[in-house]
Amino acid sequence: MDPVTAVTASLEVSGLAFAYPDGHQALFGVDFTIARGERVALLGPNGAGKTTLVLHLNGILTGGTGTVRVAGLPVGREHMAQIRRRVGIVFQDPDDQLFMPTVREDVAFGPAAAGLRGPELEARVDHALALVGMAAFKDRPPHHLSFGQRRRVAVATVLAMEPEILVLDEPSSNLDPASRRELADILRSLDVTVLMVTHDLPYALELCPRSLVLSDGVIAADGKTADLLADDELMRAHRLELPYGFDPRSVPAAPGRP
Amino acid sequence: MGAGHAHKLYRHGHSPVHGLPPHTKLAAVFAFVVVVVSTPREAMWAFGLYAVLLTLVAYVARVPAGFLLKRLLIEVPFVAFAVLMPFVAEGERVEVLGMSLSVSGLWGAWNVLAKGTLGVAASVLLASTTELRELLLGLQRLKLPPLLVQIASFMIRYGDVITDEMRRMRIARESRGFEARGVRHWGVLAKSAGALFIRSYERGERVHLAMISRGYTGSMPVIDEVTASRAQWSYAFALPFAALVVCLLGWTL
Repeated sequence: MDPVTAVTASLEVSGLAFAYPDGHQALFGVDFTIARGERVALLGPNGAGKTTLVLHLNGILTGGTGTVRVAGLPVGREHMAQIRRRVGIVFQDPDDQLFMPTVREDVAFGPAAAGLRGPELEARVDHALALVGMAAFKDRPPHHLSFGQRRRVAVATVLAMEPEILVLDEPSSNLDPASRRELADILRSLDVTVLMVTHDLPYALELCPRSLVLSDGVIAADGKTADLLADDELMRAHRLELPYGFDPRSVPAAPGRP
Repeated sequence: MGAGHAHKLYRHGHSPVHGLPPHTKLAAVFAFVVVVVSTPREAMWAFGLYAVLLTLVAYVARVPAGFLLKRLLIEVPFVAFAVLMPFVAEGERVEVLGMSLSVSGLWGAWNVLAKGTLGVAASVLLASTTELRELLLGLQRLKLPPLLVQIASFMIRYGDVITDEMRRMRIARESRGFEARGVRHWGVLAKSAGALFIRSYERGERVHLAMISRGYTGSMPVIDEVTASRAQWSYAFALPFAALVVCLLGWTL
């Protein structure tokens, strides 16, 4: 690895293997690098180890072999607080992510845990909510919001920590088409590295120029999303299926960063 | 704070009582209840004066009497016990309307009834002028064990989520033709309750993951610092102080 990429990469995973305490091995040596500012989709069938991989990125799961580095910092016990600030994970169910009584407090939770107080904290919250277009809902309790709004607030809770990389677990699940599009607009407008775990292949094509296919605990493919989705053999081999009538060759690929 | 976070007990308003910092109100209500409880039960006029004090607070807080009285009904199951006391207690007896009642039982019932009602009335007033969220901040400020405050806060946040889950499970049961009729079906209901518990437990695990992902290390970060000025404290403590004077009079007279 040359020193230039080592400095600019948001995320480097090398040789990552992990078995659960019950003996089930989920990851068998995963290697990939995501450069700063990239938007990458992580595709794979159910049970491929996607969630296990995500939980390694901020050190919730450790103890396997291999290393994960976030912006050059190795994930490990000594820098845990900093790693968790740098890796923002948006979980699949916003009701799990939003655990405070009001939207404002929820968004403030991360930065406050990092020691931010007073007007600085308030500014951070306002900024994060403005990024996802939810500034008007600041004092509402999360359970009074629609699902799409909750998902957007969940993204804001993570953006408020000003992460190096935003990791989204199934961001489009359970969203109606309008909310899905709104979220895509928001994700496109953010100036942050994104790793998106998804089954929604058209969404991956729309948002992420590059994709990784995780299958049976290894990275089976890494390339341009449009190329991977057009590779029928690869798709079949890893139980990836496009929705009926969707032809990846017929739509424009995701634009890269300007 | 908290527009739309209306709880049944809370009554929205902008009275001076609503505006007091939550921890001063909590401390004041607690002190008031302690004073009321330590008043001798024979000083009946003192309890009347306490009721007058509470009425004054309700007036300042612009909480209508009907609203307050309706919420006092929560006391009824507890009072039922007090009503039994004159019948079951031992000792000297008096005839009232042809019934033989125990004197010590009557005093006991009066004691429970008067002190209970005053305590509940004070709590209802607190709840109707303070939002749940603020109450939690107040408890936190009063240095209650943080774990308890966190549990209470999660109860508020997830009460609706779990109720909704329960409703969906009921709909799913009924959609498959199940109707709870009598003891024979309790087994099904018990299994549903078990499933709900497991689901909630698993949700708890996921929430915990989300929390540590955002830097939680065992204590809630302080987001809102609630502070009270000396004036606010003395304003809030006007109630328990007045009550204390009444109580002292009750002991000396």
